[in-house]
Amino acid sequence: MKEITVTVNGVEHTLEVDPRLLLVHLIRENLSLTGTHIGCDTSNCGACTILLDGKSIKSCTVFAVQVNGKNIATVEGLAADGLHPLQEGFKETHGLHCGFCTPGMLMRAVELLEKNPNPTEEEIRWGISGNLCRCTGYNNIVRAIQYAAAKMRGDELPVTDPEFV
Amino acid sequence: MGHSMRRKEDARFIQGKGQYVDDIKLPEMLYMDIVRSPFAYAKITNINIEKAMALPGVLAVITGKDLEQYNLHWMPTLMSDTQMVLPVDTVMYQSQEVAAVIATERYIAADAVELVEVEYEPMQPVMDPYKAMEADAPVLRIDKEGKTDNHIWHWEAGDKEATDRIFDDAEVKVKEQMHIPRIHVASIETCGCVANYDKVNNHLTMYMTTQAPHAIRTVIALVAGHVGLTEEKVRVISPDIGGGFGGKVPVYPGYVIAIAASFLIGKPVKWIEDRSENLQADSFARDYHITAEMAGTKDGKILATRFKLLCDHGYTDAAANPSKFPTGLFSICTGSYDYGHSYAEADAVYTNKPPGGVAYRCSFRVTEAVHAIERITDCYAQEINKDPAQLRFDNFINKDQFPYKSALGWEYDSGDYHQGLQKAMEVVGYDDLRKEQAEKRARGELMGIGISTFTEIVGAGPSREFDILGIKMFDSAEIRVHPTGKAIARFGTKSQGQGHETTYAQIVAEELGIPAEHIQVEEGDTDTAPYGLGTYASRSTPTAGAAAAIASRKLREKAKKIAAYLLEVSEEDLEWEPGKFFVKGAPDKAKTIQEIVFAAYTNHPQGMEAGFEATHYYDPPNLTFPSGAYICVVDIDKETGEVKVRRFVAIDDCGHIINPMIVQGQVHGGLTQGLAPALYEELIYDEEGNILNGTFMDYLVPTAVESPSWETGHTVTPSPHHPIGAKGVGESPTVGAPPAIVNAVVDALSHLGVTHMEIPITAPKVWKILKEKGAL
Repeated sequence: MKEITVTVNGVEHTLEVDPRLLLVHLIRENLSLTGTHIGCDTSNCGACTILLDGKSIKSCTVFAVQVNGKNIATVEGLAADGLHPLQEGFKETHGLHCGFCTPGMLMRAVELLEKNPNPTEEEIRWGISGNLCRCTGYNNIVRAIQYAAAKMRGDELPVTDPEFV
Repeated sequence: MGHSMRRKEDARFIQGKGQYVDDIKLPEMLYMDIVRSPFAYAKITNINIEKAMALPGVLAVITGKDLEQYNLHWMPTLMSDTQMVLPVDTVMYQSQEVAAVIATERYIAADAVELVEVEYEPMQPVMDPYKAMEADAPVLRIDKEGKTDNHIWHWEAGDKEATDRIFDDAEVKVKEQMHIPRIHVASIETCGCVANYDKVNNHLTMYMTTQAPHAIRTVIALVAGHVGLTEEKVRVISPDIGGGFGGKVPVYPGYVIAIAASFLIGKPVKWIEDRSENLQADSFARDYHITAEMAGTKDGKILATRFKLLCDHGYTDAAANPSKFPTGLFSICTGSYDYGHSYAEADAVYTNKPPGGVAYRCSFRVTEAVHAIERITDCYAQEINKDPAQLRFDNFINKDQFPYKSALGWEYDSGDYHQGLQKAMEVVGYDDLRKEQAEKRARGELMGIGISTFTEIVGAGPSREFDILGIKMFDSAEIRVHPTGKAIARFGTKSQGQGHETTYAQIVAEELGIPAEHIQVEEGDTDTAPYGLGTYASRSTPTAGAAAAIASRKLREKAKKIAAYLLEVSEEDLEWEPGKFFVKGAPDKAKTIQEIVFAAYTNHPQGMEAGFEATHYYDPPNLTFPSGAYICVVDIDKETGEVKVRRFVAIDDCGHIINPMIVQGQVHGGLTQGLAPALYEELIYDEEGNILNGTFMDYLVPTAVESPSWETGHTVTPSPHHPIGAKGVGESPTVGAPPAIVNAVVDALSHLGVTHMEIPITAPKVWKILKEKGAL
């Protein structure tokens, strides 16, 4: 066992962990933050995406011991109060169905918008291509991220009602 | 109704507060992991559990021989075939469950799996379904007494002789062989459960990823009643589900082993499968080999169709169809066209592949049927050199022909196919695209336009024909309105992302005048929800949605009596507008639904039952028949063979729409699950029975990059028999999209003499054809 100290959503934790423990299990099992999900065993699906020192990473491919002294943000810490613009965007534009990929998508999109506050549709599609969604067909995830981008830039919000005539 | 209300369920999902099965943690919970077979077909000669048992933290290793003592080593499938829970002596497919390890921790269980020593005597598997049907093929199911071949069942529909006569005399005949490959639902959440057997109270609570919790409870009681788990002692809870798509209808061995383990040890046991296990061992979908034929006139009138199917079920028929329909609803294969004769026949066969197949986002084999009819219709158009849109217009069932009796016996409830295709052509700009295509072709560029105008058949189903293991396929709603006018409504269905908490609330709101925000919807707990058959086959709105409307109407009748009493008028003098009853001609004299409900608890008329609740079990009089007109435009890269979907216009008709935002979202998702098998997905096995792409590394689920920006729209042809005229929509796009894409690719290559492409249409396949045809 090895002792690590890690800050998760602003709270510092000191824990004894097995050196082989995956970060995603530390988050889900040891810290009971079950918003971060596991959807595959080959690091393809992105359901476990979190922020490690502000960078989106797949927490199934990192050992818990590797985050000693670092900062982690999960979906539970996305908004201190109310909803983050991305959360609002996903709800307003129907960017989720079953909700299983959603936390990973949200955390990936946080970094995407930080690096590129005004992404094109194509940039969004490439930007989330490490995260799989089986339900939505991605149209509305793209719109959700565009909505959040506009809101975070302080621009006029796009129409959120569906074009379905 | 008709309002894009934002979803009530979203708040928890976007904040990481969904409660999926792997999020459940119970005191003293144990973990189960499964030892799986590396061989597709082998005798098990020995299982040595000593080393595994010696690992600290391991409590048990369960084998087939252990389960045999309780007669739990085999279980029935939904199609009344039999499936091993754990094998006693033979494994029948690669990755089949061989033994289960129970340990105190997840990682220890995984370690112990590696320590279980299994000795096998491999045998030559039978992988090709055609070879499996040959007379000298080894008989796989020797466990079945007297079984002398690998044939499972034969099915047929239609008038063979009359159809053959038309084919004999027809001016034009086209024929094509098509394989609808084995694919996987690949919901992002895999399957799993927490089985919690309480020895003191002899009670089992089963948290599991199931789309049909009530049916599962009954099955558990039927299978385990003899050890004391009778139905009142079993509670099945289906928590939030991370996508189902039909893959979470069957009972998998893992669930049963977890129950057995919890029962024997007396502690909760969690089993969550890996993605690789999910892809390699859970029920597959499709795997139909189809010969489709169409007969018609030289000028384009369809006269008859014939279909011959070989259905590869793997080692057991574990399909999830209504019991009387071994090929599901394949007989919708006559399509949207008006002609008199069709004949379809099918044979099912055992092979050394995983069992199945599930109705993957498809109302029981409708995907296969639609692929066959929409492809062969295009083959016919190509053969007589007629525009495929015009050919469809000339053969559509007219809107005044409904209800329409199809050649294979279905009564289509309603439709307006001309309107749908007309609209799709206008949106996509069909005539201009044809001009562009001609110009590009002249320049040597490859572009194609493909159409699919399908008829779906959903909402199973009327109890006279539809049951699963004898349980009729009704569904239910129970609405309880509290004294302050707020309600809880419970259903026998189970959402896996479809947005039931919102849609059902909107139906009740519309019928009862209580705001949808004040209606709490619950599903998935068999102790509280009324009995129903669950959510799959686009049946929730057609069945439980109808039940919600009728239960609400029962309450409105009661409300009317109370309003008459409160207003001191007779019921005939009252009129309803959403939210209140008022006296005819005196709109000020009114009682709101909230006032009426309060009176039901505080001031109800003498002789009337107090309270305000109603339940309805809805038995649909017919299925519903949604339809769609889809047009796909593809560009093909000549250098690589890559197909790019440039545009895809989908016009759906699912009758009256309750929430346009949710319906459109369902269409987007379904289209992507139609794109996937058309271009990317297939579970591939080699001759030795090894799966070649059993992980997400090599089974390509489309990302946002492969998926085009879908263009969607709708027409409205209400179902005449559904209480709110709705039809169901979730599966139409999955069913309708693949042939539109294939038709577009074939259209792009038709000038080279290409008449058909097998799915998935991968770049190497296209490149090879281009090379063969000298078009590179």
